[in-house]
Amino acid sequence: MSVLMNRNSKVVVQGFGGAGQREAANGRAYGTQIVCGVTPGRGGQVIENTPIRNTVEEAVKEFGANVSLIFVPAPFAADAILEAEAAGVPVIICITEGIPVLDMVKVKRVMKGSKSRLIGPNCPGVISVAEHARAGIMPVDVYMEGHVGVISRSGTLVYEAVDQLTRLGIGQSGSVGVGGDPIIGTSQREALELFEADPDTNAIVLIGEIGGTAEQEAAEYIKTMKKPVVAFIGGATAPPGRRMGHAGAIIAGAAGTASAKQAALRAAGATVVESPSNIGQTMLEVLQKAGLK
Amino acid sequence: MKLHEYQAKELLARFGVPVPKGRVARTPEEAEAICRELGGKAVIKAQAHTGARGKAGGVKVAQTPAEAKQHAASILGMQLVTHQTGPQGLPVSAVLVEELVDIEREIYLSVAIDNTPGMPVIIASAQGGMDIEEVAANHPEAIFQVHVDPACGFQPFQGRSLAFKVGLTGDLLNPATAIIGALVKAFDATDGSIIEINPLVVTKDGKLLAADAKYSIDDNADYRQKDIAGMRDRSQEAQRELEAHDAGIQNYVKLDGTIGCLVNGAGLAMATMDALKFEGGSPANFLDIGTANSTDTVVAALKIIGSDPDVKAVLVNIFGGLARTDVIAQGIVDAKREGFIPQPTVVRLAGTNVEAGMKILDASELDLGRADGFAEAARMAVAAAKRK
Repeated sequence: MSVLMNRNSKVVVQGFGGAGQREAANGRAYGTQIVCGVTPGRGGQVIENTPIRNTVEEAVKEFGANVSLIFVPAPFAADAILEAEAAGVPVIICITEGIPVLDMVKVKRVMKGSKSRLIGPNCPGVISVAEHARAGIMPVDVYMEGHVGVISRSGTLVYEAVDQLTRLGIGQSGSVGVGGDPIIGTSQREALELFEADPDTNAIVLIGEIGGTAEQEAAEYIKTMKKPVVAFIGGATAPPGRRMGHAGAIIAGAAGTASAKQAALRAAGATVVESPSNIGQTMLEVLQKAGLK
Repeated sequence: MKLHEYQAKELLARFGVPVPKGRVARTPEEAEAICRELGGKAVIKAQAHTGARGKAGGVKVAQTPAEAKQHAASILGMQLVTHQTGPQGLPVSAVLVEELVDIEREIYLSVAIDNTPGMPVIIASAQGGMDIEEVAANHPEAIFQVHVDPACGFQPFQGRSLAFKVGLTGDLLNPATAIIGALVKAFDATDGSIIEINPLVVTKDGKLLAADAKYSIDDNADYRQKDIAGMRDRSQEAQRELEAHDAGIQNYVKLDGTIGCLVNGAGLAMATMDALKFEGGSPANFLDIGTANSTDTVVAALKIIGSDPDVKAVLVNIFGGLARTDVIAQGIVDAKREGFIPQPTVVRLAGTNVEAGMKILDASELDLGRADGFAEAARMAVAAAKRK
C-alpha cells in the first residue's frame, strides 16, 4: 500500500523540456512507469526513449496515464493543470514555481468539484518508496523503505528530513510535497488524512512554515489522529512582512508566525521540533515511546 | 511589488474608485502650483513604502500655497523612519499634494487572497483609519468579509451586504456598492495581491473618497502586467537586494545578522536561519539559490554575500534535488579563488551528485570548513563568525 502512487501508476510528463526529460529518466531508473510526455506540436516524436503526444487526452487514451507530472513554465502551467483535469487524470502533480496567484484561484475552483487531485504547485512531488513510484524531483538515494510518511511545504526540507530519518535507520513509506505557494491543490491537512488512512504508514513528519493558517488547520485534524505526528515550522527567525522565497511564506498577522503555528500543533498533540536538525532524532524517540521502533 | 499611494490612487481612479483631487509633485515649486490649483489649501503626503507616515512627520497640512512649498521642501529628500522601515528609513523623492477633505466617518475596505478557500476576499469594517490587525485582535465582530467566487465573479449583493454592515446606507449604498465592485475589478485586472483603502472616508457633504490606499501586485504576474511593473520605485528597496536582483538572484532578503547564507530551496533556507539562531548565531541574509544550474549564478550570489560588510562567515547549505551539488561546488571554488568570499566559509553538501561535488572541493585544496549535517554546519558557521 501507499499514498497517491503505487507500482501500477502510469506517469505522463507535461512539459518535456530539460527538467521533464531528466526527471522522467530518474523516475524510470527508480522503477516508475513513465509512459509518455506531452509537448504540444511534438506529438509522434520519441524523445529520450519516451513517446511524445500533443495532448493529455491522447496520453490517457493510448497509455492509460493516471498520474500527470507537470514541468510547464509558469505562464502556461495553470492551463496544463486544467488540461490534465479535463482529461480525467486522477493525480496531477505540478512542480512549476511562480504561477500567478489569480491563475491558481481559477484552478482551485475547478479542482473543488473534480475527481482529480492536485498536488502543488511549487512542490517536489510524490514518492511511494516500497512501490518504487516517484513523480517529482527528489533525490531517491536518501530514501529507505519503511513506515514514516513525510509531508512538507518545502522541497529541500523533505530531503533533509528523509535523510535524517534514514541515517537513524528509520525508513519511509513515502513523501508528499504539498507546495510553497499561497494557493495549493492539496492541503497539509488533506495529506495527513491520506497518511492516516494508509496501512503502510505508522507515523508522520509534518514540515510547515510561516505564513497563512494551513498548519492551524492541520492541527485541528491532528487532534483526531491515531498516528503520532512530529512537526517542524520553518521561518521562526524570519522578519514579518517579507516574502521568504516561497510566495506563501510571508508573515501577515499573528496567525502566520512560527510560534502561533507551533502552539497550535503542540496543543493538538503533535511533537514540535525547535531545531531543524532534530527532526530525525525526535521521530526516533516518538517511535520508541510508541513501541514502533 | 508595492506601489506608492499616488500610483495606487491613479490605478483605482482608472477603475472607478473616487479619490481626492490632487497630483504628485517632485519639487517644492510643483507642490506650490498644485496647491494653488486646488484652491490654496492642501495636504502634503510623503510617498514612501510604509504606513504611519503622519507620526514620522511625512504628512503636513498647508493653509496657503507658500506653506505647501515650505512643507514639500521639508519632506522631499528626507529619510522617513517609521516602525515599519527600520532605523535607516526610506528616501522620499515625491509628495502627493491633495485637496483637504472634511471627514465625517472612516471605513476600512480591502481585497486580498484568502489562501485556504483559494479565493479573493473582500474585508470591510466601520472602524476605518486604524490598524486592521488591531481591530481584528480586539474587535473581531467589527470585521466583515465575503469571498469572490471566480466562477461567477463579484456580485452586487455582496457589495450591498458589506455596505449595510459597515453603515453605508441610504444615499451612500449605491456608490459604496460600486466602489467595492470597482476595487475587485482592479484587483482582478492588475493581478493584485492586496489593495487596501484605509480609510475610505464619508465626507461632510455626503461623498465617498479613498483617502489613503496601499496596493501590491503579485510578482509572479510581472510578465503580463508590464505597465504596472514600470511603476516600480527601486529607491524604496534595499540596495543589496537590488544588486542581487540585477545579478539574477531573485530570492535574496537582507537581514541584520553576521552569517551570510547560500541555500537551495526556500524552506531549507528558512530552516538554516532557524538553525543558526538555535546555535547562538544570526543570519545576514536569506538566499534561495533555487535550481542553480550554472556556476555563474552561484558565483554571483556568493559575490553579493561576500561583499556585505556585515558578513563575518559564510554558510553554504545545499541539499540537491533539481539543484546539482557539483555545480554549486564549482561555484564555491571559483568564487573563493576570485576573492569574492574572503570570510571563513563552511560548506555542507548533500543530495544530487554529492560525490562529484565533494571531489571538486577536495581537489581545490582551499581552506573550507566541511560539515556533514545541518546542525554541525550551523555550529561551525556560528563559531567562525564569533572568532572573526
